[in-house]
Amino acid sequence: MLDQDHTDSISTAIENAIETKTAVHITAGNSKSFYGNSCDAKPLDVSQHRGIIDYEPSELFITARCGTPLKEIESVLREQQQMLQFEPPHFGENSTIGGTVACGLSGPRRPYNGSVRDSVLGAHIVNGLGDYLRFGGQVMKNVAGYDVARLMSGALGTLGIIMQVSLKVIPMPAAEKTLCFECSRTEALQKMNRWTQMDVPITATYFEQNMLYVRVAGIESTLHSLKQTLGGEELVDDNDIWTEVREQQRAFFNDPAPLWRISIPEDTNHAALFDNCVIEWNGGLRWVKSNTSDNEIFSVAGAAGGHATLFRAEHKKTNCFQPLPPSLAKLHTDIKRAFDPHNFLNPGKMYS
Amino acid sequence: MNPSSDIFAIFENCLPSANILATVEKLRPYECDAFTAYKSLPLAVLLPESRQQVINIVKRCQRENIPIVTRGAGTGLSGGAHPITNGILLNLSKLNEIYELNPTLRYARVGPGVRNLAISDAAEEFGLYYAPDPSSQIACTIGGNIAENSGGVHCLKYGLTVHNLLEVTFISAHGEEITIGNHCYDYPGYDLPALMTGSEGMLGIIVEAKVRLLPIPQNKEIILAAFNSVEDAGAAVSSIIASGVIPAGLEMMDNAVIKATENFCHPGYPVDAAAILLCELDGYEQELQWEVEQIEQNCRRHKATSVSKAKNKSEQELFWKGRKSAFPAIGQLAPDYLCMDGTIPRKHLAHVLSQISELSQQYELPVANVFHAGDGNLHPLILYDANQENDLARAEQLGGKILELCVEVGGTITGEHGVGIEKLNQMCVQFERTELDQFERVKTAFDSNRLLNPDKVIPTLQRCAEFGAMHVHKGELPFKDLPRF
Ligand SMILES: Cc1cc2nc3c(=O)[nH]c(=O)nc-3n(C[C@H](O)[C@H](O)[C@H](O)COP(=O)(O)OP(=O)(O)OC[C@H]3O[C@@H](n4cnc5c(N)ncnc54)[C@H](O)[C@@H]3O)c2cc1C
Repeated sequence: MLDQDHTDSISTAIENAIETKTAVHITAGNSKSFYGNSCDAKPLDVSQHRGIIDYEPSELFITARCGTPLKEIESVLREQQQMLQFEPPHFGENSTIGGTVACGLSGPRRPYNGSVRDSVLGAHIVNGLGDYLRFGGQVMKNVAGYDVARLMSGALGTLGIIMQVSLKVIPMPAAEKTLCFECSRTEALQKMNRWTQMDVPITATYFEQNMLYVRVAGIESTLHSLKQTLGGEELVDDNDIWTEVREQQRAFFNDPAPLWRISIPEDTNHAALFDNCVIEWNGGLRWVKSNTSDNEIFSVAGAAGGHATLFRAEHKKTNCFQPLPPSLAKLHTDIKRAFDPHNFLNPGKMYS
Repeated sequence: MNPSSDIFAIFENCLPSANILATVEKLRPYECDAFTAYKSLPLAVLLPESRQQVINIVKRCQRENIPIVTRGAGTGLSGGAHPITNGILLNLSKLNEIYELNPTLRYARVGPGVRNLAISDAAEEFGLYYAPDPSSQIACTIGGNIAENSGGVHCLKYGLTVHNLLEVTFISAHGEEITIGNHCYDYPGYDLPALMTGSEGMLGIIVEAKVRLLPIPQNKEIILAAFNSVEDAGAAVSSIIASGVIPAGLEMMDNAVIKATENFCHPGYPVDAAAILLCELDGYEQELQWEVEQIEQNCRRHKATSVSKAKNKSEQELFWKGRKSAFPAIGQLAPDYLCMDGTIPRKHLAHVLSQISELSQQYELPVANVFHAGDGNLHPLILYDANQENDLARAEQLGGKILELCVEVGGTITGEHGVGIEKLNQMCVQFERTELDQFERVKTAFDSNRLLNPDKVIPTLQRCAEFGAMHVHKGELPFKDLPRF
């Protein structure tokens, strides 16, 4: 497919939507359409609006139209020994950069190098009034006006169509290695919590079934000395484990029960309710397979100081995000109204 | 509000009367922040001692329709904490308690009036520190840092305030207490901590913050490289970043600043150099040595006349001392200066610096440059004398031109100091009306009656129209006598 600027056709589609008062459901690669609440609105496919607009390795940023495939971006960066710091999950062949930013999902590297929103430098959006707006830019530091560009990350398209986005990129580490430790869940949590307080270049952690996997990064001598410091066995064939973790291709994820994403403080003792789980991010991200009621899961995650998201389920989802306290919920409604007063963009996708 | 009504009576049930300042002598110290070009007095300065008192005050102001300007330490450089004559100045410096340090989860929970450096000082016993380190860190408060999204010399590697902020509790314009964010790796709903960061006191009054602490790097090196031309130094910066090394800090100073700081605190800088780069690296053992070599090679390749590594901790501190005292040192060169804050893509450093020096000659005002070169954040300091007729107006015009130049090369009018009242005109250059209207609607979502820091950051339609007209008549400002904010 060719790089193409579809600003006009997307703008026209929004104008039509406004004229005919019909809401739209923004779609692109459909790789993450399972994420968020279901949205009953007319699909608006933005995947044709694609192409890398600007990439300068020495400036550490890349600017691309929303429909640009994530894999194209990653391969262009790889040629220059660079990468996206948040190691985004693709969840499918056709994953786009716009959808990646709108969903705000980060992968294994997130606790160590930063999240999607951390790397957003600027965005062009079309809001629910049909205005084409530019916020932020391509430079690392920019405080002119409110940080609307970053606000788009994780907003699931409810505040605007992300037309193009500029993201910070970082150099790839010289090399990476995976160490593994056979241990219980409690021991794994203790180890990870101890390491976070040390100045060591860990770039991913994953625990499943009595095995803790730790990825470390650096030049050869660093990797060698890290093995001395941290201990563990070197995983010889480690090519795929981090892809499998990121893409949820480990056997754990095959269980047909609903998949919950539990984001909680790293040192939280593991609740019995979350027994069937795998752990990432130093203990801060726990994937749980469970048929327990939504409310019970929300309340246990909330009580621990975190939040839960019903990530994947067979049934149609209407309330998959942690309920917000009333004053915060009202603020969300007011902000939504500030961008999309008539509720034309992805209605109900996040909070109704 | 009836201007003659007694301010003490209005706020008597909100906070102790000893914490209400209303006489001219007591208000005088608050007539401006560190953007000193304009001065005015508020109705009163209120110094609440608790969150509840803040809530009382806000509710009272909402009822009486009195605008509120929140102030931390008043070190802001764009007039964010500049008082409004018909409003109150809410000084949060008494909310300066560190409530909690959590070494396991690596965060500090603090009041808004806690000074930036106080957090790192308190965290040191756990081997942790708070990374964003504005040069004003001895004085500036975390509330002000969040409101401005402050950076520092280490934000190239460790990010700005927004990257190190976990949770914020603020009092809304209606007096409600709202918490956004948490100390996990993400939170449900919109990214409101990002929206609040850099919002310059216009969306809420921050009464508590949780910030990320990081392990203090075990190994650190500082390299000082001198160059015969600013262009060479600029080119070295680009090639260092392109080589795949992200230094913890990468700062540049031009000859005017080198001389001024050397005079001021004797850090041992080469006074005959056209520019110096100060590069800090931290990292894991051998890796650090490899990075040091990369930096040295890149500087030499771009014709550095000398490259030296600080020999020990005290020399490291000395190297930094010069950089950190750059502003006061410049302060000795002229009675007044304006500090600009544009950010540009690094590759345009040499071009922009030479344009700035041309503009400096054209406007007949000296400009000294000291800045965060690694992230392209310029701080041209325009030296002037407020007692000379027209000096300030010329300095402002020159500053405006520099910022427009930054926008022209794909940068922004402010990297870390904020818009405040200072850069309202340049907001008209950087943004279209529809974009400014979107900002306005965001403001309304938080503060429908426009009570919090009104008339800052977002220029009115009329103002942009007038500024556009001003541009047409280059140089000669119409309505010379009107205050321009
Ligand atoms: C010598 C010098 C060096 C500097 N170096 C740097 C630097 O390296 N990097 C950098 O980024 N900045 C720098 N600054 C600018 C300044 O120090 C920062 O902007 C700082 O964050 C301001 O903090 P403050 O507490 O002084 O805030 P103030 O100046 O009091 O206020 C700044 C803004 O924040 C708002 N505000 C303050 N507290 C709150 C709160 N609790 N809730 C809501 N809004 C609030 C105010 O309304 C105002 O808009 C420097 C300033 C000086 C004078």
